[in-house]
Amino acid sequence: MTAMLEVDDLRVAYGTILAVKGISFRVEQGQVVTLIGGNGAGKTTTLRTLSGLLKPAGGQIRFKGRRIDGTPAHKIVELGLAHSPEGRHIFPRMTIEENLLLGAYLRRDGAGVGRDIQRAYDLFPVLGERRKQAAGTLSGGEQQMLAMGRALMSQPELLMLDEPSMGLSPIMMQKIMETVAELKAAGTTILLVEQNAQAALTLADRGYVLETGRIVLEDHGQALLGNDQVRKAYLGED
Amino acid sequence: MLTQFVQQLANGVVLGAMYALIALGYTMVYGIIQLINFAHGEIFMIGAFGAFTVYRYILPDGTSLWIALPLMLLGGMIAAVAVAVAMERFAYRPLRNAPRLAPLITAIGVSIALQEAVRLYYPDARSKLAFPQLITGSPIPIGFGASVDRASVVVVLVSVICMVALTLFVRRSRMGRAMQATAQDPDTARLMGINIDRVIVMSFLLGAALAAVAGMAQGLYLGQIDFRMGFIAGLKAFTAAVLGGIGNIQGAVVGGFALGIVEVMAVQYIPGQFGGGAWKDVWAFALLILVLVFRPQGLLGERVADRA
Ligand SMILES: Nc1ncnc2c1ncn2[C@@H]1O[C@H](COP(=O)(O)OP(=O)(O)OP(=O)(O)O)[C@@H](O)[C@H]1O
Ligand SMILES: [Mg+2]
Repeated sequence: MTAMLEVDDLRVAYGTILAVKGISFRVEQGQVVTLIGGNGAGKTTTLRTLSGLLKPAGGQIRFKGRRIDGTPAHKIVELGLAHSPEGRHIFPRMTIEENLLLGAYLRRDGAGVGRDIQRAYDLFPVLGERRKQAAGTLSGGEQQMLAMGRALMSQPELLMLDEPSMGLSPIMMQKIMETVAELKAAGTTILLVEQNAQAALTLADRGYVLETGRIVLEDHGQALLGNDQVRKAYLGED
Repeated sequence: MLTQFVQQLANGVVLGAMYALIALGYTMVYGIIQLINFAHGEIFMIGAFGAFTVYRYILPDGTSLWIALPLMLLGGMIAAVAVAVAMERFAYRPLRNAPRLAPLITAIGVSIALQEAVRLYYPDARSKLAFPQLITGSPIPIGFGASVDRASVVVVLVSVICMVALTLFVRRSRMGRAMQATAQDPDTARLMGINIDRVIVMSFLLGAALAAVAGMAQGLYLGQIDFRMGFIAGLKAFTAAVLGGIGNIQGAVVGGFALGIVEVMAVQYIPGQFGGGAWKDVWAFALLILVLVFRPQGLLGERVADRA
């Protein structure tokens, strides 16, 4: 069986500087895979390349067996790969409902879109209560919910989340991670980027540790949680 | 006194409607790609020439007003849109990732090239061309002893219809939402599946269609057109767009009407040496400078023109 996503020797450069230096990893259908690593490790760069916002300098990306490196971003979403970007990037001057509709931009099934908007409101009731409000007025945690809801609106086969817990209060962070767990339980395939390694590894079937553009460790999520090196570097233990 | 004021207010509204129509094109393109398209004035001029061409070469003599006006408008729009879309494709798109000065200078080059092309190749365009005065009939009284001619009424009505239609399009349609999303966050818009190139072409296309309406309106209103008409009108409309807050669609409309009214009132009420028609452009641009100094985000602006 081919993996949902296969990344092979991917390299990405800003100008002449390589930020991602030849990484390989896979995401199987139904799995949650996490990329962890410190600031500047290349996690966001990797996700932006997978979704087509950046062009790779080398290597291959295959999604559902088909090469997508070099495919424009708007075509990649169409293939079923959704990306909830770092920093949320909701459309601040549009309403919550309009943000969700934009997530469904490529869909033509009006009734289905309506149902999925309702599902997003069920998942995050606060969004439903404020559907006609400008998204920029939401709190950080609520914006994160909106960003995740919006990414789900495209009915993705693979959902990429870039630091969904960034900058959130512990309670909010827990709520977001619970939602990721719910999505996992519902069978969603997820590629999760996190600095919060504890939470990410607890959820993940598989984890990859990224350091300055290279993968330095990979294993099952639980195994990485128990790994000394990981405990020292990312879980704040000594 | 009151008659004079109401009369000038009406004149200002007519002028303002034309400024607003052109300003919308500046503001949409700026909102989406942060380009001040200085060739937009020439799109307005080409719209006027397109309408004139339909009248001069296509319509048989004695065509009814109700057939002539829409066909002329259509001709103007086709010409303006074709030139604007070609301009985006061949002049601006290759510079999408270039330093900001490059497209700006290109815009000035395109502006001069279009003026010269019309001057050199359009028959008799070296001098002013008389635009047909199709809308005749006695002026319509609007109260307080003031009145407006019928052409002006048509100009204002058509302008307002266009502005309402544009607003509804941007707010309600799928493409309109894509335009808003692109203006607010282009990379994230791409993650939604929006084809940014198409959105950019659409902003040029809509701006050109509105500019063509303004071009034809000016022909009907002033009774003449010429290859230079886009220069001053373009600068004024740019002023209107900045006045309202560049990038902001409602701002362009408000700025357009505000500028038209201020200009007309300044000519009427500033006495002595600085009064009169010769100074009207000075007042318009003085207003631009004041806005840039004291309220650079414009009257309604939320999109600060930080990179202009
Ligand atoms: N637009 C850019 N131009 C130049 N260099 C960049 C750009 N974006 C990121 N970089 C560099 O690329 C490297 C990887 O950055 P990236 O944002 O992918 O890291 P990250 O793992 O997501 O970090 P964080 O956890 O802080 O978000 C860093 O050295 C960063 O400075
Ligand atoms: Mg990052």
